[in-house]
Amino acid sequence: MAQVQHDHLLVVVAAMAIVLVPIFVVLPWILWRYRLSRKSGDYRPDWDFDKRIEWAIWGVPVLIVAGLAVLLWTNAHRIDPYRPLAPDGPAPVRVQAVGLDWKWLFIYPDEGVASVDELVVPAGRDIAFELTADGPMMSMLVPQLGGQIYAMAGMRTRLHLQADRPGAYRGLNTQYNGRNFARQEFTLRAVSPQGYDRWLREARKAPPLDAPRYARLARPSLVARPLTFGATAPDLFARIMAKYEGAGGPAAALPDREAAHGHERRAAMASAQ
Amino acid sequence: MIGGLAYWIFGTLQWDDLLIKSNAIATGASLMVVAGALAIVALLTWTRRWGWLWREWLTSLDHKRIGIMYLAISFVMLARAIAEAVLMRSQQAVAAGGGQNLVDAHHFGELFSTHGTIMIFFVAMPFLSGLINYVMPLQIGARDLAFPFLNAVALWLTWAGAVLVMVSLTVGEFATGGWSAYPPFTELAFSPGEGVDYWIWAVTLTGIGTTLTGINFAVTLYKKRCPGMHLMRMPLFCWTALCTSILIVFALPPLTVATALLALDRYLGFHFFTNGLGGNMMNYANLFWLFGHPEVYILILPAFGIWSEVISTFSGKRLYGYRSLVWATMCIAVLSFTVWLHHFFTMGQSANINAAFGIATMLIGIPTGVKVYDWILTMFRGRIRFSAPMLFAITFLFAFVIGGMSGILLANPPVDFAVHNSLFLVAHFHNMLIPGTLFGFIAGYMFWFPKAFGFRLDERWGRIAWGLWTAGFFAAFAPLYSLGLMGAMRRTAQTFDPDYVPFLYVAWAGAGLLFAGFAALVVQLVVSIRRRERLAVPIGDPWDGRALEWFTSSPPPEWNFARLPQVECTDAFTREKREGQPYARKDDGYEDIELPRNTGLPVSIGIAGLACAFGLVWHIWWLALAGFVLIWAFAIARSFESDTMRTISADTVREQNEAWLSRARMARPVPREAEFTADNMGRAEASA
Repeated sequence: MAQVQHDHLLVVVAAMAIVLVPIFVVLPWILWRYRLSRKSGDYRPDWDFDKRIEWAIWGVPVLIVAGLAVLLWTNAHRIDPYRPLAPDGPAPVRVQAVGLDWKWLFIYPDEGVASVDELVVPAGRDIAFELTADGPMMSMLVPQLGGQIYAMAGMRTRLHLQADRPGAYRGLNTQYNGRNFARQEFTLRAVSPQGYDRWLREARKAPPLDAPRYARLARPSLVARPLTFGATAPDLFARIMAKYEGAGGPAAALPDREAAHGHERRAAMASAQ
Repeated sequence: MIGGLAYWIFGTLQWDDLLIKSNAIATGASLMVVAGALAIVALLTWTRRWGWLWREWLTSLDHKRIGIMYLAISFVMLARAIAEAVLMRSQQAVAAGGGQNLVDAHHFGELFSTHGTIMIFFVAMPFLSGLINYVMPLQIGARDLAFPFLNAVALWLTWAGAVLVMVSLTVGEFATGGWSAYPPFTELAFSPGEGVDYWIWAVTLTGIGTTLTGINFAVTLYKKRCPGMHLMRMPLFCWTALCTSILIVFALPPLTVATALLALDRYLGFHFFTNGLGGNMMNYANLFWLFGHPEVYILILPAFGIWSEVISTFSGKRLYGYRSLVWATMCIAVLSFTVWLHHFFTMGQSANINAAFGIATMLIGIPTGVKVYDWILTMFRGRIRFSAPMLFAITFLFAFVIGGMSGILLANPPVDFAVHNSLFLVAHFHNMLIPGTLFGFIAGYMFWFPKAFGFRLDERWGRIAWGLWTAGFFAAFAPLYSLGLMGAMRRTAQTFDPDYVPFLYVAWAGAGLLFAGFAALVVQLVVSIRRRERLAVPIGDPWDGRALEWFTSSPPPEWNFARLPQVECTDAFTREKREGQPYARKDDGYEDIELPRNTGLPVSIGIAGLACAFGLVWHIWWLALAGFVLIWAFAIARSFESDTMRTISADTVREQNEAWLSRARMARPVPREAEFTADNMGRAEASA
């Protein structure tokens, strides 16, 4: 994905150079050649149109944009974030990412574990994200891997990323969401398949992410260091989304942050009165 | 009980909301606003200028005075917004790599929110309203706008919005949700204080004012052109003003709807954009950018008009490709409504939708590129004078095409997915808005200043300002392209990557240069006022101008034209200077002229609007209600005023006009080489 983006960027810059380079060459020459103090003989105060030039300055940009449009259409589909990166390869690693005020929760639904602010994945495998938020809108980006997509409460968005080589990659939220926005970062660690299995085994020993722990986690705060959870309810992600579908239902098990805040404000107003 | 009473009188306003803030910088800003306001009041009282201010300015319906007042608002707000930008860059540089914070993260959030809100709504918008107000009626040979009263109401509503933003410095605090105020972050759940309410009502006031102005400009351009001024003979600035007005009329209502719905959410517990209970912030994103994208063309098109005038005048040449430029302007205006989704390629819609909007966005690059080439061809075979406005134009041409390239890059969803929300985006839009819009407006201000005040601005300080603005712009924003590609995000108070540090320091220095550029403009103004005798250009044509605004004295009489001009071509004044005797005696044909009487109602409506908005922000319901009722009471009162016009007798007009003409005949025409010397009295030597 990042490679396609990189190449795409270079092609666009090259195409734009067809328009830009003449400007950078011709404009300084015109400014020099036609300055007042030079009193050039070919002053034409009423010259204001030439059909051939007109064709060129409309025609060339039209052709460039037409070419770029084809490229844009192709690549927008090729690296559509919703599209699996290796449809014929091994099944993607499924990760459900939940944007919380000021941390990222990653649920591994197929493994039953979860982590906060650290995402461990096998290198070379497609990671299929589902995203939502339990808070204001956020946007998850791993700059070195390319794409980002918004995480919005009550809604699910999707994103596919892949780290070709093992290593640690910085990930972050790009959408401002309050005081500690600048610190909402996580590390994506791409490891070998064995390393991944080892990490999963360790993670399973961690305490479970039950409702009280989730409630604590969802409160606006920073976590000091990455956390892991050994067991999660299989429908945790669905229940976080369902919180915002109205009162009642499975959501009742989870405290509604928004309602809590509302109460706080009303209480403040009451005391003001 | 006492608490209850206090709520009914003061709403949610508490003593500790006033004046003193949580940190020294915010408290300093708060005290500066109060001190500034007190200083102005004291100065006016001491010099006994209140009556003069009221009679000559505040109650005036003259489009020229209203234009100047718009510019005054814009300059004051520009000073604040630049200071905020410098503070933000200082914070980022000082705190980079985990250093000590200058301002805390919450204060930083307020800074980028007020910076953006002010720059768009209270610097750029009043600037363009002011320039169009002043220049457009003169260019089309009209005596005023179509609706002078409405014009003043719009001014005072904009003023009320600006005052509300200034008040937020000292009473309570402003929002931290950015200039776009995206919910759900700006809903009560996440932003419970008064900040977002300040944003909502400030933007609503100015939004309504701007809508009224847009209608006014459009009607004026359609109905008030002088005889012979066909649409295709209008100066290009009028064309861009027309397209901008049309955009305003269609684009501002979605903004007002969006802010109104957000207000319903916050005040009455509705759920348009909340998390849950059926709310959906995606609707806000669509509504906001349905306004927001045409808005950037609202800002840039008048600047394109100014560039056309400046480049053609200072190249001593007709504008190349007039029709082409008109068509390009129209294309941009229409296309600007088809691209709003590119502000959120990352919201999860299908690749088909993203690709369609991406291609639509690239299409705008075509007419814009044509314009750049048209301007360069205007210089070709001309005689170029490097005046300060022309120097700004040259910086604009070089910088703008770079910004255009980064814009095309962002229009490509494959690229945007990586750099959306990053400093690359910040670099891009500042790259369009500073060299494009702001430099355009500064050039326009320098270009038309002698028309409005009768003396030129000091050329040396103009060039110093140009140098500082140009160097400052590149230093401040070139590093941001790199930082964006490296993964640094906008609205980030503090970064921890040591690789960012050198870039942030260069950007900081750039911000300092930009502030110095603003200071140079202030010095230029002061120096010019002090030397106004040497710089005087009373005849009114200091630059060998081409359109009708130069065919009046400087400053022009209240009625603009003693007799409405008759036009037969574009560049009507150039033709008159070449083929006719523009300053010959014209003893006959003077008639009485009717002009609107001054009225205090528009400024009263502005004050009532301000009271209403302030009451709403602080839940002071009686004040809000009183303000709202008064707005409409004043509007209704206007409909009972029957004696709204006054007459200037033909004799007065003749006397003044003939005096100007005889002075012009006696003035020595100056060649372009002597343009910046004291010899320039505003009469140009016939060229070619």
